[in-house]
Amino acid sequence: MTIHRRAVLAGFAGVAATITLSGCGSRTATTTTTGESTAGSGSTGAASGNVAKIGFIAPLSGGLSAMGTGMRNSVDLAIKQANESGAIPGWTLELVAEDDQGQPDPGRNAATKLAGDSDIVGVVGPLNSSVGQAIQPVLDAATIALVSPANTNPTLTKGADLANPQRAYASYFRTCTTDAVQGPFAAQYLLDNGFTQVATVHDKKAYGQGLVEAFTTAFTEGGGTVVAAETINPDDKDYSAVITKVAASSPAALYYGGEYPNAGPLSQQMKASGLNVPLMGGDGLYDAAYIELAGSTSDGDLATSVGAPTDSLPSAQAFVDAYDAGGYAEGYSAYGMYAYDAANAIIEALKVSLADADAAEGAREATVEALNDVDFEGASGRVAFDEFGDSVSRVLTVYKVTGGEWVADTTQDFQGS
Amino acid sequence: MDLFLQQLVNGLSLGALYALIAVGYTVVYGIVQLINFAHGEIFMVGAFGAYTTWMLMGAPASLSVGIALGVVLPAMLLGGIVTSVTVALLMERLAYRPLRSAPRLAPLISAIGISIALQEAVRLFYGRIPGFPDSRRAIPFPVIEGITGRTVQFGGLTIQYSALFTLGALAVCTVLLWWFVNKTRMGRAMQATSQDADTSRLMGINVDRAIATAFAVGAALAAVAGLAHGLRYNNIDPLMGFLSGLKAFTAAVLGGIGNINGAVVGGLTLGVVEAMATTFIPGQFGSSAWKDVWAFVLLILVLVFRPQGLLGAKVVDRA
Repeated sequence: MTIHRRAVLAGFAGVAATITLSGCGSRTATTTTTGESTAGSGSTGAASGNVAKIGFIAPLSGGLSAMGTGMRNSVDLAIKQANESGAIPGWTLELVAEDDQGQPDPGRNAATKLAGDSDIVGVVGPLNSSVGQAIQPVLDAATIALVSPANTNPTLTKGADLANPQRAYASYFRTCTTDAVQGPFAAQYLLDNGFTQVATVHDKKAYGQGLVEAFTTAFTEGGGTVVAAETINPDDKDYSAVITKVAASSPAALYYGGEYPNAGPLSQQMKASGLNVPLMGGDGLYDAAYIELAGSTSDGDLATSVGAPTDSLPSAQAFVDAYDAGGYAEGYSAYGMYAYDAANAIIEALKVSLADADAAEGAREATVEALNDVDFEGASGRVAFDEFGDSVSRVLTVYKVTGGEWVADTTQDFQGS
Repeated sequence: MDLFLQQLVNGLSLGALYALIAVGYTVVYGIVQLINFAHGEIFMVGAFGAYTTWMLMGAPASLSVGIALGVVLPAMLLGGIVTSVTVALLMERLAYRPLRSAPRLAPLISAIGISIALQEAVRLFYGRIPGFPDSRRAIPFPVIEGITGRTVQFGGLTIQYSALFTLGALAVCTVLLWWFVNKTRMGRAMQATSQDADTSRLMGINVDRAIATAFAVGAALAAVAGLAHGLRYNNIDPLMGFLSGLKAFTAAVLGGIGNINGAVVGGLTLGVVEAMATTFIPGQFGSSAWKDVWAFVLLILVLVFRPQGLLGAKVVDRA
């Protein structure tokens, strides 16, 4: 009996180890904001009442839901506006929103579900680059265009070998700039402001690691020194051991690759333990929730984000006014504008591809092709894609936490990399 | 040297949190031989109970240190304990007692089910209470004047008040628990039940009550840990019990499951190993990415060479 119990305990411990090391499990849940399709019952030709659906995948629950819900509402707004103005004669657009919880597996399930819906003509999303990597193959196999407002990992468009870029998926586009631009932009900012000794930390996810790698290359080339390079486990809450190790190398700033659910507590713990240097990160930090989690000591922390500040662009102001008038419960968040532009890019392409299509499914390939030629003034500026599917716009802004709010510090059309 | 001491402090305060949770695993295992996998969620519920108490007090902010430490903090502690104990007792009554004579795997599966149910219940419904924050993402924990963000310096060492709070809580709880188990009637009834439930019943001991008490004691300590977690990491979320629960369970096994002192030693050891592995293992295996690997390597080594755990189980086998 004793031996048996020991064996059982050892077994549990093994299971515990496996689960802990492989990170937290994932839960699947989907939210569909629109009901079942109401149209399509035997209708032929371009009769009014034909329905084409635009899918949406992003975290609608979990730590990153503040960003995901803002994106969903913005896509919803774009679709409503298109339907009201009759942008595509004879067709009504519908939104099908799915929750990926910021995790690749639920994302893949959501993509499979959308690919199986013959009315889907394009998908907006996801937020996370790691989810983007997971869902691209699924949607590409069904020739469904995927336009991401927020994936910033360069490999999604240019393939794994960035020295010899090759377009990874013909059906993938994005309206935001990439980490290959964002990381060097942050490096330039820190060097310009006299920070030459910097420590880096990332969360081992595609986004965080990509950002830190791009940052490190540009920072060392620019004459700076990375004095410590560490990682954290995104499921952990206690970063004191890492902070102590980083503090021993006396950095003047810490560059973090990851998102605010970890970055906020990291900043708070870092300052509480006496390492009073600014934490800088990418667009994953640029949300009010970061300041909430990081607390009052977050003043001076920095984040780069894509595009110019919303209030400095007239086109953005029109988006904000329409969003406010839409009566959405949640804010549009850092990516709302890009989600809105992504949805409008698909709608622009649909104007071409649905013009003489009988059914939505048949228009999928034409939509992908039409997206390559899309060129219009969106809320965030010019929306057009280069030969890899990347946005041609490379405007970036550094934001700084000042008095408990993100305040724009420097905006630049960055062509450094 | 400073680096070593600083990591020791980091490790001990993290380990104290593990230890407070681990005691709950070990007390329950000692008396009913059940791995209560929902215990991590009891810890989470305790943190939410403390937060709820703070909200019900009108979310008091910017208080004097005296009121914050003399009134608000004790109230939050009490609220957390009441919530955790209530949930643990309900769980014992509804999910475990009916299965007490069932095969050992049945209550285990029941425990996993309760764990998921509690996580999802808090995740989906807590934020629906009017005026309460959305619980589908991390909720910032209230600032308690006199603890939050305060530090004390010893030479080159920086120690946060919240770490002192956790260590102090562990010390007080361990002493109280020792007194309760060894010096009170109910404590002795628990010991007797853990040795032989049938004979205890014949001796007139209310076995059901002794078992329920074991769950309640573990839950109370988990609630203390929940509050300490909130103070230390400044945010709580419905999934926080998962990883902490696994680590605490590991700590309980490391120290010798069933042995209360073992849970404390196991928790502190695990915390210190994680902190030390981050800094003092050279080469690429020494980065923070590998700390969990080293923690579990230690666990495997202990289980191979000392299967009863560091201090050994005090459970009497009924074969």
